[in-house]
Amino acid sequence: MSWELKNDRPIYIQLIEQIQLRIFSGVYPAGSRLPSVRDMAQEAAVNPNTMQRALARLEEDGLVITHRTSGRTVTEDEKMIEKAKTQLAKEQIMEFLEKMKMMGLERKEVLSIIQNITEEGNV
Amino acid sequence: MTPILECRGLTKKYGRKTALDNIDLKVERGQIVGLLGPNGSGKSTLIKLANELLTPTSGQIFIEGLEPGVETKKKISYLPERTYLNDWMKVHQLIGFFSDFYEDFNKEKAYDMLKSLNINPGDPLKSMSKGTKEKVQLILVMSREADLYLLDEPIGGVDPAARDYILRTILSNYKEDGTVIISTHLISEIENILDYVIFINQGKIHLTASVDEIRSDKGKSVDALFREVFKC
Repeated sequence: MSWELKNDRPIYIQLIEQIQLRIFSGVYPAGSRLPSVRDMAQEAAVNPNTMQRALARLEEDGLVITHRTSGRTVTEDEKMIEKAKTQLAKEQIMEFLEKMKMMGLERKEVLSIIQNITEEGNV
Repeated sequence: MTPILECRGLTKKYGRKTALDNIDLKVERGQIVGLLGPNGSGKSTLIKLANELLTPTSGQIFIEGLEPGVETKKKISYLPERTYLNDWMKVHQLIGFFSDFYEDFNKEKAYDMLKSLNINPGDPLKSMSKGTKEKVQLILVMSREADLYLLDEPIGGVDPAARDYILRTILSNYKEDGTVIISTHLISEIENILDYVIFINQGKIHLTASVDEIRSDKGKSVDALFREVFKC
């Protein structure tokens, strides 16, 4: 998975999302140890302080745990990961629905388009 | 803590032309800072004053509380806009030269970086392309464990793939609590690695802000903001 950063939004917010994606998809599995801040920063080609900031936020939310001596790990609490995943999904869907609204589509129409696509087996 | 770089009322005039006009500035430790401005805005003048290659017309500049001199040069690793290295020297001779000269030079690091960029240490500088010379010079500069790295246009002459490598080199090699100041106008390439930016124009500081501040307050990239502010 490569780090994709767009240039119109704060970098640390995008890093939070990208790390979450890696946790949800199992690149960083529950309970596993995260690379050092510097290594993660280098991989994403961002400033270490910005990476640090993103990790601090994830720590506040409980997804990431800092150990005094041995660096950071992903939480072992699968329920918490599931909850965060649903939260991120909700945000993405809200954003999507907002766009559909701008296109003048009603919820019903949107739902039927989604249904058609899934039935056609394109997804 | 004492800022790594501080300017107080710093002014530099070349004859009648004012290159820097009464600048006040503080840069803290452990940061990567972009010094951004159009051509002739005063970027290189500021960097040269920090290196004692120029002396102020009035005002002061301090490196960790000290005026530029022998002691501050130990702390600063400087990449000038133009090369000063001897063309006839081979890369391994240059490495020897640098490690004799600077106590904080890490030879091993230098050879590692040469290897990953496929540069042969036995090659003389004069046999290399402009871009490769620039890479060698950057390797020499980043192999020091300095408190302050002053990089004047480090990515100007190299291709985009090498730019990425160079940015990663900067990220992975600067000392933990060291500060990196990068002057450039290739903003979109470097803005992800910056903590904050200093916009400088006609010898004056136009703005200092963190990259994420600019993005969340103005909803645009540093590059876009720069184009707007310095529109010709």
